[in-house]
Amino acid sequence: MSKPGSFDPKAYWQATLRLLMTTIAIWFVVSFGAGILFRDALDVVHLGGYPLGFWFAQQGSIFIFVGLIFWYAKRMDKIDREHDVHEE
Amino acid sequence: MDLKTLTFVVVGLSFALYIGIAIWARAGTTKEFYVAGGGVHPIVNGMATGADWMSAASFISMAGLIAFLGYGGSVYLMGWTGGYVLLAVLLAPYLRKFGKFTVPQFIGDRYYSQTARIVAVICLIFISFTYVAGQMRGVGIVFSRFLEVDITTGLMIGMGLVFFYAVLGGMKGVTYTQVAQYIVLIFAYTIPAVFISLQIAGTPIPQLGLGGHMGDMYFLDKLNKTVTDLGFAAYTSGNKSMIDVFCITLALMAGTAGLPHVIVRFFTVPKVHDARLSAGWALVFIAILYTTAPAVGAMARYNLHTTVNTAVATGGDMFAPEASIVGESRPAWMKRWEKTGLIRWEDKNGDGRIQYYNEKSKDEAFLAKAAAAGWKGNELGSDKKGKFEGKVDNDIMVLANPEIAGLPNWVIALIAAGGIAAALSTAAGLLLVISSAISHDLMKGVFAKDISEKGELMAGRVAAAVAVLIAGYLGYNPPGFVAQVVAFAFGLACASLFPTIVLGIFSKSMNRGGAIAGMLTGLVFTLVYIVYFKRDVLLGMEKVPDSAWFMGISPEGIGVVGMILNFIVAYIVMKMTAPCPDHIQHLVEDIRYPRGAGSAQAH
Repeated sequence: MSKPGSFDPKAYWQATLRLLMTTIAIWFVVSFGAGILFRDALDVVHLGGYPLGFWFAQQGSIFIFVGLIFWYAKRMDKIDREHDVHEE
Repeated sequence: MDLKTLTFVVVGLSFALYIGIAIWARAGTTKEFYVAGGGVHPIVNGMATGADWMSAASFISMAGLIAFLGYGGSVYLMGWTGGYVLLAVLLAPYLRKFGKFTVPQFIGDRYYSQTARIVAVICLIFISFTYVAGQMRGVGIVFSRFLEVDITTGLMIGMGLVFFYAVLGGMKGVTYTQVAQYIVLIFAYTIPAVFISLQIAGTPIPQLGLGGHMGDMYFLDKLNKTVTDLGFAAYTSGNKSMIDVFCITLALMAGTAGLPHVIVRFFTVPKVHDARLSAGWALVFIAILYTTAPAVGAMARYNLHTTVNTAVATGGDMFAPEASIVGESRPAWMKRWEKTGLIRWEDKNGDGRIQYYNEKSKDEAFLAKAAAAGWKGNELGSDKKGKFEGKVDNDIMVLANPEIAGLPNWVIALIAAGGIAAALSTAAGLLLVISSAISHDLMKGVFAKDISEKGELMAGRVAAAVAVLIAGYLGYNPPGFVAQVVAFAFGLACASLFPTIVLGIFSKSMNRGGAIAGMLTGLVFTLVYIVYFKRDVLLGMEKVPDSAWFMGISPEGIGVVGMILNFIVAYIVMKMTAPCPDHIQHLVEDIRYPRGAGSAQAH
């Protein structure tokens, strides 16, 4: 599979899981956090005509999800290369 | 050209396009039939996934749901998009590396068990058939409403078309027709939205229009004022409990990530890297519709109120007798859609005018004013089996939207083509996973192991053909609960397939016993809970009051509890049964590293 010696499976998986936890945390905060749990508090602030919590629930969370996946994919590519498990 | 002819031309052209693509993209091998040959570009796959995912419900019903739920509609917006983040980080790249053709095949191999594979097939078939019935119904409805043919004829045409490209083309045919269908449906959805946003908020971008100005007020403030003045809940505040909103959103997200027809789309890209990117592209294409939908919903709701009560737009006295429009001179679109039962006017106080308001408002002062004005109940609703029901049907918000806003006929024709594209593309994706579960998992995998490639391809085609017929039957003669069963599909995917696949990737020690016990627990618990609380619609029994919900969680959100039970039971049973064998642990190790992902293989 990969070159012996250069590949540390444990380190690779740990780096992957770290990135995964960060991604899931952001996913949770922008939707369940801003859009649901803390919506009332955020609604006090306005973004144009949008109450902020309402904006996160109907617009913002979706935009952030899109950006988040591309960011995740890019970071994973980097981790793959650093640990020499990337595809040819 | 009159509207009907124009609609026939636009829909006919879109069909010609799909048929052309189907002939061009015939499948010659099982690999082409199951995973489109495995070389689909991530952006192309993203677009196909968008069409695959966005169903008749997304296209026709969602904006209307949001229009009447306001903030409460957010559960669908977040729930049906957030699942792609879970897909990208938890499932798609690893299942792609595993490199087989179907979801049950992963579960069977990972849990070294034919039983697990068969349980997964059962979950898959249940989820996919409930879903596909709604799609075929959607095709029939669009045909009958726009083209004025009866639902059966509409269904036959739809079935014939899906039959043609799903049976002939398999995944390859479906992928490329879905790309075309995405383009049709997204234009059909966004063009009316752009016009309406221009009319209301003066900007062509609906996402900005919703947060923009209307005159000297913000549009959302104006809408809030309008609906609360008429006794409804404020648009930007919700009416569901927080725990329920939380659970429904999570169940829809995990359910999305666990839907087999979505997962298999990621088996068609060449590399693990592409699977991650493709999830991002899929969400880009989905987000275009999903961020437009809240604007469409809010603006359509506003337009509906302005049409019926002229004081809404001028800011005058809504209770003045002349503010309510005269029923006889109601707009043509209303009369036209009354034929379908989606909207109905009933003059309760006999004044010849239409009063549309919330008669169940809890605001005493409002109710007193309404009574003083001589209003004797809400007069605008829909027709349910010949009886007046005090709620306008959700679907009219998208279907009649161009007419409400006074847009030209070609936009109306485009809506028809878009609705059909949305329903057909999802139906085809679902029929394909059903057929591959039967030909690949049940026949090749369990009951007829020595079947030849040619035989398997034929079996796949026969299974697809039979599935089309069953789906057509379900669409023609829908069990009364079609709308309700969507809760099944997501709840079951969330409670059964999703946790089992995640454990299969992220736990090396999860074993056969744990996985099967967990899947069955999640499946049975969720099924029983939904049937129990929906027994009035499902079984015709007396309704159980909503106050009996477990922790205040509705049947739509209960999949989350099922998922938690799945995890707990899987863990306990794993501790009590023989550990996972070494070669399986190596398999799990292997799917975690991207290198060496050839394209998907049969064996």
